[in-house]
Amino acid sequence: MDELKNTAAQAAGAAVAAEDEVVTFKRPSQAKEIWRRFRKNRGSMIGLIILIIIFLLLIFAEFISPYEIAIKQIPENILAKPSAQHPFGCDAYGRDVLSRILHGGRVSLAIALIATMTSCIVGSTLGAIAGYFGKWIDSIIMRALDIFMSVPDILFTMTVVVALGANFVNLLIALTLAYFTNYVRLVRSQVLNLSEQEYVEAARAGGSGNARIILSHIIPNAMGVIIVNVTLNVAKIIIYESTLSFLGLGMPPPQPEWGLMLSEAREVMRKAPFLLFFPAAAIVICACCINLVGDGLRDALDPHLKS
Amino acid sequence: MSDNITEVKEEVTTAAPLLSIKDLKVTYRTDLEVVEAVNDIYLEIGKGKTLGLVGETGAGKTTTALSILRLLPNRTGFIDKGEIFFDGESILDMTEHQMQHVRGNRISMVFQDPMTALNPVLTVGDQIAEAIKLHNPHLSAAEVDQKVEDTLQMVGILPQRKVEYPHQFSGGMKQRVVIAIALCCEPELLIADEPTTALDVTIQAQVLSMMRDLRDRLGTSMLLITHDLGIVAQTCDDVAVMYAGEIIESGTTKDIFLGGRHHPYTVGLFDSIPDLESKSARLNPIPGLMPDPTDLPPGCPFAPRCRECMDICREKRPETKLFGETHRIRCHKFDQDAAGTVVTDEPVEEEGGKQDE
Repeated sequence: MDELKNTAAQAAGAAVAAEDEVVTFKRPSQAKEIWRRFRKNRGSMIGLIILIIIFLLLIFAEFISPYEIAIKQIPENILAKPSAQHPFGCDAYGRDVLSRILHGGRVSLAIALIATMTSCIVGSTLGAIAGYFGKWIDSIIMRALDIFMSVPDILFTMTVVVALGANFVNLLIALTLAYFTNYVRLVRSQVLNLSEQEYVEAARAGGSGNARIILSHIIPNAMGVIIVNVTLNVAKIIIYESTLSFLGLGMPPPQPEWGLMLSEAREVMRKAPFLLFFPAAAIVICACCINLVGDGLRDALDPHLKS
Repeated sequence: MSDNITEVKEEVTTAAPLLSIKDLKVTYRTDLEVVEAVNDIYLEIGKGKTLGLVGETGAGKTTTALSILRLLPNRTGFIDKGEIFFDGESILDMTEHQMQHVRGNRISMVFQDPMTALNPVLTVGDQIAEAIKLHNPHLSAAEVDQKVEDTLQMVGILPQRKVEYPHQFSGGMKQRVVIAIALCCEPELLIADEPTTALDVTIQAQVLSMMRDLRDRLGTSMLLITHDLGIVAQTCDDVAVMYAGEIIESGTTKDIFLGGRHHPYTVGLFDSIPDLESKSARLNPIPGLMPDPTDLPPGCPFAPRCRECMDICREKRPETKLFGETHRIRCHKFDQDAAGTVVTDEPVEEEGGKQDE
C-alpha cells in the first residue's frame, strides 16, 4: 500500500518536474489567437480583404463621388455606356451608376448588418429562454413562433413595411421580424442539447444560477453555430432587402439602393444589360465575401481546433 | 420547524455529524412508471470523516448524492419523504437561493467523467475563477487570480497553465482541475461521485492520494461514491453498502472489512474481487441481477439472489440491527443473533411528502 502511494507521489512529482522545463504557458490575447488561426484560411483572408476594400469605398463614398452625382439626372447621359467619366455607365435617368452603387451600398450593408444583429439578439434570447426553461415557457414561445412562421416571410415583411411606411427604421423592424425565427429554433436546439452536458450540471452543483449558466456556459458553446448563421444571414438579408426594393418596398427614391437599381435596370435590360450587371455583381461579391469570412471565423473561434 | 432543528442538534452533540440523512426516500416518476431509487436510508458523515458509499450500478448512490445538493432532475426526481441535515440546517427546507450558497461553497461535487465536466470553451483558470467569484464576490480581480494560482498549485498543476483550455490537459490532469474547482471555496463536504472511474489505474492512484492529502490538509468531510472496494479500504473511515436503494450494511471500514458478521450481499461483493494469492480459475460473482427498481420485491430486495435466503426474506423487510458501536446490518439472518440490538430508527414525522422543485 505505502509503496503504491510512494510511486504515485513520485509519478506526480516527475510529471510536475517535467513540466517545469517546458517554457511558460502563455495565452496570447484572445483576439490575437483568433486572428492567427483566421489568417491561415486563405479563402477567408481574400474575403476579408475584399470586404475591407468595399467598406473603405463605402465609407469614403462621399469623397469618391458625392451624393449629388448619384441622384443628379443628366438627360444627355441617359443609358450612357461605361466610359472614363462614368466607369459603370449611366442609368435610364442619366444618373452615374458607380456613384449610385457606392451610396446604395451604404444603405444596403448598414441595413443588412443591423437587421442581422437585431434579429440575432431577439431570436437568440427567445431561443435560449425557451430551450433552457422548457415547460410552458417553451410552449408559449414556440407556438407563437409557429404562427409567425406560418405567414410567408415576404408577405409578412410587405405587410409591416406597408403598414408602417418605408424608411430605414421600419425596414429594420420588418427584416428583424422576418429573420429572428431562424435564431429561435437554432439557439433553442443548441440550448436543449448543451444544457444536458455534464459541465452545465457541474456548474449548477457549483452554485451557479440560471442566468450565469446560460450566459457563461451555454451561449459561449453555442457561439460557433450562431456566428456561422449570422454571417450566412447577412448575405441572405442583403439579397432579401434587394428583393424588397425590387418590389418597391425598400428605401424611398431617389435614395439609391442595390435592389432598387436592379429593378430599374430590368426595364431597360435589352438596351443596357450592363445596368443589371453592376448592382448584381455588387450583391454577389458582398454576399460571397461575408460567407467566406464567416467560414473562417467559425474555424478560428472553435477552441477544439487549436493546435 | 425550529423544534425540529433543536431536537436534531441535541442528537448531534453526541456524534456531531456534519451531514445526516434520515429516512430518505427518492423516486423518479414518469408517465409510465415509478422508479424507487432510494428507499428509507439513514446516513451520517462526521466532521472530517470520509464515508464510502459502495454498491453496483443503479443502486441509488448517485441519486443519494444529487439529493444532498437538491439537483435531482427537475420534472422526474422527487424526494418523497425524509430529511437531510447539513450542519444542523435542513437542506430540504432551504429556498433555491439559499441552496445556491450551499452548492459549490459549503458542499461541492466532483463528477465522474472529467472529460465532460469542464466547459470546453473556457480556460481552466476562468472556470476556477468563476467558482471563486461566485461565492466570494468581494474579492478583487488580483486576489481571485492569486487564489486560482494557489488552487492549481494545490492540486499539482503548474499555475501558469491556467490560461490553457481543458482539451490541452490529459484525463488525470482534467480531474485535478475538476477537484480544484470543487475545493477552491474550501467546502465543508466534498461529494466525489466515482472520481476515478474514468481514469486509468496509475492516474487513479495519483488522484486518490492527492484527494486524501487535500482532505487531511483542509479538514474536509467527504462522501466517496465508488464501486471499488480497494479505494474504500485505502480512503474511507466509514462504509455504507447500498443495494437496490437501501443501505444493507454500514459501519466503520474495520467493521466491513474485518468484522465477523456480514450481510450476504457484502460477502458476495468481497468474493467477486480477484485475489492475487488464490489460484482459483474463475471469479465468484453474485448470480442474477439487481431487482427492477420499478417493481421491488415485498421482502428483502436481495432475497432473489441470496444464497442464504429463507422464507421470511421473501415476505418481510428485515430490520436494521446494530452490532457493537457502529456496525449495522439489515438482514433476517441475524434476527436471532443476541449480540445485536434492533435499531428502531424513529421515523421522521411525515409532512405530506416534499417535492424537490
